Amino acid sequence: MLNNATLHTPLYDWHVANGGRMVEFAGWVMPVQYTSIIEEHKITRVAGGIADISHMGRLRFEGPGAAVFLAELLTRRVADIADGQIRYSLVTNEQGGILDDVLVGRYHNDYGQPYYVVVVNACNRAKIVEWIGTHLPRERAERPGHEVIWTDVTRLWAMLAIQGPRSVELLQPLIDANLRTMKYYRGGQVRILHPAARRQGGIISRTGYTGEDGFELSVGAGIAPGVWEAMLEIGKPLGIVPTGIGARDTLRLEAGMPLYGHELSEQIDPFQAGLGFACHLVGYDFPGRDALLKIKEQTAKFVRVGLEMHGRRAARQDCHILTDSKKVGCITSGTFSPSLGRPIAMGYVRPEFAEVGTELQIDIRGRKEPARVVQLPFYSRPKKGNKK
Amino acid sequence: MTPEQLLYTKSHEWAYVQDDPSGAKIATVGLSAFALELLTDLVYVDLPEVGRRVSAGEPLGEIESVKAVSDLYSPVDGEVVEVNTALADNLAGLADDPYDAGWFVKIRIADESLLAGLLDYAAYQKQCAEEEH
Repeated sequence: MLNNATLHTPLYDWHVANGGRMVEFAGWVMPVQYTSIIEEHKITRVAGGIADISHMGRLRFEGPGAAVFLAELLTRRVADIADGQIRYSLVTNEQGGILDDVLVGRYHNDYGQPYYVVVVNACNRAKIVEWIGTHLPRERAERPGHEVIWTDVTRLWAMLAIQGPRSVELLQPLIDANLRTMKYYRGGQVRILHPAARRQGGIISRTGYTGEDGFELSVGAGIAPGVWEAMLEIGKPLGIVPTGIGARDTLRLEAGMPLYGHELSEQIDPFQAGLGFACHLVGYDFPGRDALLKIKEQTAKFVRVGLEMHGRRAARQDCHILTDSKKVGCITSGTFSPSLGRPIAMGYVRPEFAEVGTELQIDIRGRKEPARVVQLPFYSRPKKGNKK
Repeated sequence: MTPEQLLYTKSHEWAYVQDDPSGAKIATVGLSAFALELLTDLVYVDLPEVGRRVSAGEPLGEIESVKAVSDLYSPVDGEVVEVNTALADNLAGLADDPYDAGWFVKIRIADESLLAGLLDYAAYQKQCAEEEH
């Protein structure tokens, strides 16, 4: 049952009034689906889906010290990111364990002043806010000439994910920037060209969590329902539908993307997770850097792999991965893949069993089911040809 | 069959009890429309073999949706005498016809007295209404 302590997004009333099946997720009440996860998933792949992802935490940083502060907080080099650029990064603890995976973007306001937005997982927002608080004592935040001002804007802004091959067609009429030429992992502060937005702005980025082309748009909480409905109206003739967090999970799993609480945790280091690319170990010193320098030189005890089941039963989180009845790993996420029509999973196995093609068994509720290590991602969107 | 004619478990299985020609009581078992509506996106069902002995309240199989897997519980004590093998290939249609084509197994009842522990339609409706909020 949903308890009273859970948070509502600005679109909560819309979800309830439009058949959203509401579930508790990371402290929020979110629609898991409106019709069917499989249907919403498939429509996202062929046309597009729009999802309320306002549960994602968003932290805004500004001031002359913001860039260096973030560089000393995040594993990825961020001090040099250009205006309108977004990077995937991690936050690690002193032991090199993953506290969160985040997107950091640099934007500027109408007066040319830069600011940064760090998007954190809903389940980690309180933890990261606390972590930043301890790493930004007053003397640091107020150091003359290096001031850092930061705000948790999660509740002030809604965040909408527009994902799928027709997302440019859907969004372009609403946005005053050229989305066709916007590159992947780029974005900017824009104006929203719809009366419902009352000439307010927003932040858009060409990012997503589905393996499709798409965008994520943050707008003020007050105008979010109007902007959402405007998008649905434009999307209807394009075949675009609202999608819940159920399809968001199956889409990201097919795309081989890790999810905090599943593939990522404080017990996992970035190299095991296959996220070494997000760690710049030279340059700025951040919590966990020294530990990661050591971990990098060691052989990983476990590595993240993709698994395809031969049978029809889906492996789920915490199922043991076996070879000759000996445990060699553990499943972190598993589902039925709507695109492939069979069960898929991700998990961690000892490196000697991680090679693509390795045949393993998974203990699913007491029965051993055969599975094979496969290349991630499970699904890649079709490459665009040159035809117009 | 209509939902009003059936008996129900708290875990949402239904049972339809009839006499077979030999006079034995046979329970046809399925899953309620309410439960199927909650599950949606069914992808797999695992049913027992004919001849398996089952006990009321014990798992007799499992049904899996995209999100999760759920146990199917036997409403009665007895022996499985027939299994709906066509179901596995028709899961998409199950929610449209849960009380006829959507039956799972038929069980020869060993102990009729346990039927008194099942819910009638009105009591089951009341439980579903409570679960919705």
